[in-house]
Amino acid sequence: MSEETQAITLKINGEDVTRTVAVRQHLVDFLRTELGLTGSHLGCEHGICGACSVRVDGQVVRGCLMLAVQADGAEVVTIEGLTETGEIADLQEIFVTRNALQCGYCTPGMLMTIAELLRDPKPVSRDGIRAYLSGNYCRCTGYHAIVDAVETTLKNRLKG
Amino acid sequence: MKAPKFSYVRADNIDQTLAMLSEHGEDARILAGGQSLIPTLNMRLSQPEILIDINRLDALKGISVKDGMVRIGALARHAEVASSDIIAGHLPLIAEAIPHVAHIAVRNRGTFGGSIALADPAAEMPACALALGATFVLQGTAGRREVAADDYFLGLYETARKPDELLVETLIPTEPAGSISVFLELAQRHGDFAMAGIACVTRIDGDRIIDARLVYFGSEAKPTLASNTIAAISGKAWSEATQDDANTALARDLDPMTNLQGSAAMKLHLQRVLTKRALDAAIVRAKTA
Repeated sequence: MSEETQAITLKINGEDVTRTVAVRQHLVDFLRTELGLTGSHLGCEHGICGACSVRVDGQVVRGCLMLAVQADGAEVVTIEGLTETGEIADLQEIFVTRNALQCGYCTPGMLMTIAELLRDPKPVSRDGIRAYLSGNYCRCTGYHAIVDAVETTLKNRLKG
Repeated sequence: MKAPKFSYVRADNIDQTLAMLSEHGEDARILAGGQSLIPTLNMRLSQPEILIDINRLDALKGISVKDGMVRIGALARHAEVASSDIIAGHLPLIAEAIPHVAHIAVRNRGTFGGSIALADPAAEMPACALALGATFVLQGTAGRREVAADDYFLGLYETARKPDELLVETLIPTEPAGSISVFLELAQRHGDFAMAGIACVTRIDGDRIIDARLVYFGSEAKPTLASNTIAAISGKAWSEATQDDANTALARDLDPMTNLQGSAAMKLHLQRVLTKRALDAAIVRAKTA
């Protein structure tokens, strides 16, 4: 079977992009290899680890479980775009001060998921934060510092 | 971890989808949320010739209620089910179960219909559908037919859906007044696949258990209605003697699968623990309802 391709046009981090992609290529391989957006990481490539999390049409999804061709017409935001808009600048700062990362491999995916939690901030318990982040694996921190960082950011935003 | 080569078609309407299913049969796979299908492709556990992407078929979307019947379109995402007032108001069993379905990013893409069509033995929605007496609407080139949940789940990933049929919607009667539902599952971590689980719908009359439907999942090859256990507790108070009878009967209803998550004996034990917790909770809920 020959490699089947299709042309797609989508908005990535606010910019219109048109490319021809192999239909079997998943979204994060497309972002990384075709566009050089290497902030989205690949861990397990079967939907368990969450390192590939990206925002598609306003919702966080597994970038390894969506084909690039399926994103035709969609609005995709990666960690690069999210950082540029400043939407989670407070969270990123607290991640650094609270040491909520060590190797940093899971961090972009973590931030993409937490961004969804922060978008409509309401009080969430520490258990609730852990449940929300249960689909993002971190092998370094033991999660405690990450939960601290989310809790602090949420409190700050609710105060603000 | 890269998918093998396949053809991809984005379906524009149901008739085109059915024509392609009819043409390609088992060589085709319907791509809905993709949260189970794409992992099997990435791991090369399956190698279909063609994916038929139904994500843009508006006719398969939405959740509605009419004349005591909730309609869940095949493409309703788990996140949509989780935030639906219709589900919260009319199907509290599903509202209780849905936070157990994977994680937020998976719930944003994964679909109710996909879960029913795949019939993963550890999945929550098939068990709820069976407990609630759901009906599945299947459409093929020859027309539509309705299959009761009782007749739909046949075995491990095996259902009454034929390769040329598309699951278009699920119809579930609203839970009537006085109905008590409880959903419980045990998993190693939040959102993981269930080791054992129960979806329970019953009425409590005084302290007696009436019209119970107990469905077990996770341990079995398919969601399993425990008819012996139901008979053993029907019309009785939830006393220690009844609990003993239930424990004995449950061994006749279940045939747990041994796997990495535990032995058959351990899973039977866990299902007995969940049975007690579920009916204890039902009695408490009946008092406070």
